Amino acid sequence: MAIDTRETPADAGRTAADKSAPAYKVIGTRPIRHDGADKVTGRAIYGNDVQLAGMLHGKIVRSPHAHARIKRIDTSAAEKLPGVHAVITAADLPDLRDKVADLGEGRVNLAHLGANVLAHQKVLYKGHAVAAVAAVNPHVAEEAAALIKVEYEPLPAVIWVLDAMKPEAPLLHDEVYTEDMTGHRTSEKPSNASKYLLFEEGNIDKGFASADVVIEREFKTASVHQGYIEPHVSTALWNVDGQLTVWTTTQGAFTARQQTAELLQVPVSRVKVIPCEIGGGFGGKIPVYLEPVAALLSRKSGRPVKMVMTRAEVFEGTGPTPGSFVRVKLGAKKDGRIVAAQAWLAYDAGAFPGGMIGPGCMCVFSCYDIPNYRVEGYDVLVNKPKTAAYRAPGATQAAFAAEQVVDELAEKLVIDPIELRLKNAATEGTKRVGWPAYPRIGFVETLQTAKSHPHYKAPLSGKNRGRGIAAGFWFNIGLKSCASASINPDGTVTLMEGSTDIGGTRTSVAMQLAETLGIAAEDVKPQVGDTDSVGYTDVTGGSRVTFATGLAAYQCGLDIRRQMAERAAVLWECDAQDVTFEDGAFRQNGRSITFKELAGRLNETGGPVLGRAAVDPEGPTNGFGVSIVDVEVDPDTGKTTILRYTVFQDAGKAIHPSYVEGQLQGGTVQGIGWALNEEYFFDDQGRMRNASYLDYRMPTALDLPMIDAVIVEVPNPAHPYGVRGVGETPIVAPPAAVANAIYHATGVRMYELPMSPPKVWAALQAKRECPVV
Amino acid sequence: MAIVHIPTQLRTLTGGVERLEVSGTTLRQVIAALDAAHPGLGARLCQNEGLSPALAVSIDGSFTNRGLLAKVGPSSEIHFLPAIGGG
Repeated sequence: MAIDTRETPADAGRTAADKSAPAYKVIGTRPIRHDGADKVTGRAIYGNDVQLAGMLHGKIVRSPHAHARIKRIDTSAAEKLPGVHAVITAADLPDLRDKVADLGEGRVNLAHLGANVLAHQKVLYKGHAVAAVAAVNPHVAEEAAALIKVEYEPLPAVIWVLDAMKPEAPLLHDEVYTEDMTGHRTSEKPSNASKYLLFEEGNIDKGFASADVVIEREFKTASVHQGYIEPHVSTALWNVDGQLTVWTTTQGAFTARQQTAELLQVPVSRVKVIPCEIGGGFGGKIPVYLEPVAALLSRKSGRPVKMVMTRAEVFEGTGPTPGSFVRVKLGAKKDGRIVAAQAWLAYDAGAFPGGMIGPGCMCVFSCYDIPNYRVEGYDVLVNKPKTAAYRAPGATQAAFAAEQVVDELAEKLVIDPIELRLKNAATEGTKRVGWPAYPRIGFVETLQTAKSHPHYKAPLSGKNRGRGIAAGFWFNIGLKSCASASINPDGTVTLMEGSTDIGGTRTSVAMQLAETLGIAAEDVKPQVGDTDSVGYTDVTGGSRVTFATGLAAYQCGLDIRRQMAERAAVLWECDAQDVTFEDGAFRQNGRSITFKELAGRLNETGGPVLGRAAVDPEGPTNGFGVSIVDVEVDPDTGKTTILRYTVFQDAGKAIHPSYVEGQLQGGTVQGIGWALNEEYFFDDQGRMRNASYLDYRMPTALDLPMIDAVIVEVPNPAHPYGVRGVGETPIVAPPAAVANAIYHATGVRMYELPMSPPKVWAALQAKRECPVV
Repeated sequence: MAIVHIPTQLRTLTGGVERLEVSGTTLRQVIAALDAAHPGLGARLCQNEGLSPALAVSIDGSFTNRGLLAKVGPSSEIHFLPAIGGG
């Protein structure tokens, strides 16, 4: 019998309820994370821990204006300051006009990327980088930065997305026109509306005409930041041999390498990016900001240069999520069946094209099977920092709108809100906006789990208290990953992979290798490699690492099993085709040898064994989640207190349940931050006025109860262990769920994020003054 | 024949037709067939001898990263979508 090295197909359609689970030994357990000791003792090396001999410290000069033309930059005084080794401006960047580069997870216009890193002729937001210095210490660098004189011609700024779409709005870019989904220009004049999307199926007019109930509402959301604890930090050394090494905090060493190489117009082989441990990213550490600047300063000074952002620089100079306006209209039959849906979305992109309107449009109704729909979306330039991805980018704004209208429908039709969602739930075969039919998905199971959960059945008594529910969806992507692994004589395995570990993925990837090899998770030593040490691996983003890099680890394990079977055959003087692998041991004709035992005999059977795999799995893996939240609203202050929160999500298969629960809890807490407090607050000049954690209010442990996480497992048929990816979906539903809870507590619908105390109080006051009869 | 779902914004080029059946074993061949049937579609879907950078393509429900070289089966369903990323 030949050794079975086939890729085990996932048990399509399996649920815990209808089939017995596979007998995994490692998957589904909760081992201590491999990097845990380093992290809790402070020994893990983060970007700011990098210290090099002769290292200089960089500082960026940033625009005080939201929109201005740069008339002149005088760096002479700074250059003369003792201790200053280099000063750069955009003039030091290569000419990058209109070159589009594929960065793995998407393509970008390098001219825009470069102009965001260092402004050329105009500054487009307050905090936009204009120049940079490198000096012997941070204090001299700051002093030198203050000596750089930039002469600006201030221009009118526009911050709100609908204002930016008006014909008389200040124009950010003279060369940007409205394009359709293919990139085809559709406007005759330059426009702040850089993208217009339209998706239509069925007959929307007939659909609404056939509906018994039609509800249409408008919603606004504020810009919010990913709020990672660790600021951006990069250190660059441009050596005399032309080799550039960058130590940085990034969600993707390879994309950081490519962006840096493209911006500096040097071959990628000349750039080595060493990803340090990362203190959070959530999408915000995919674009480069400091890397090319530190590199240019290093080249100019001949010394290594470290650059660290302050918290204010992080807020003002890196990508928040879009502010948005969304109008949603739903029509339903008396029995609750939604027959028509319409949405009009305008998302700000920040100062450069390329925002989140595409996924916003495609997610707005993605939870439901709706025969007639029309969805339009605009990507709009405003004088804010260029937006960046933030956990399910674009989906949360859309869900805030759609899930509130669904809640209204349920109330008007007197149908339980989960039951209404079940009546309309997307299932295998449902075609969502702009997309092909879903494969096997777990939305129904997730709703059913929520409906039968004790939280949903628990009484909620007391004044000003209410319960809300909402659903959320995110695609989850695949993309490219590599892994290699070498066998140690003691039976352990050293795993090298290229995914920066943000949420415990070293362990979730190592566990898949361990399961495949029949060894303990602790016997795999996972390492995250730099760009010269591991094969190309796309970003840690899109909820892809446990899915795609896990798949690479699995296939790497199959490669090792194949080679180890050959070694067993050498020992037993038999044909390798006759060796089988079962329960962590190789077997043939009544004989067996464990993986560990065989690892100790590699030298006598042919030398080292090295496994490897490169994968490019095709997504999406389709993640669905549901939130149930109880709140209490203080009518005197408008403050909303979260009393109880339960989040449900289909994980496909939870490799390490603790990390899945952590993702569900973390995403939910960030979503609660969106819901209740977080916003970029701009003055009338377009300047952010709350660029600190003192004034930008994020939820803390003191604000929240324990978030209960319930994992639903409907295995993904496209992964051998059924993994779907979980990181992004949990942020999608919370703002809508909290809004629905506030409504049920107070009778007041909140149409704008954040639902901060002043806004809730004002809405309550308006209701008191003008009660709806 | 592969079934191509025409994006709403390109239906002006197909006279409002939402789905087209065309032959081809690669995406390049499929788009060439589309363009032959409805001139102009190829120019909208492609740019600089590749798929438009603004687009992603799904074949039989899965994203493909292979652009015009992507394999197409005899009864594949093809969708063109806006490119997306993740956080």
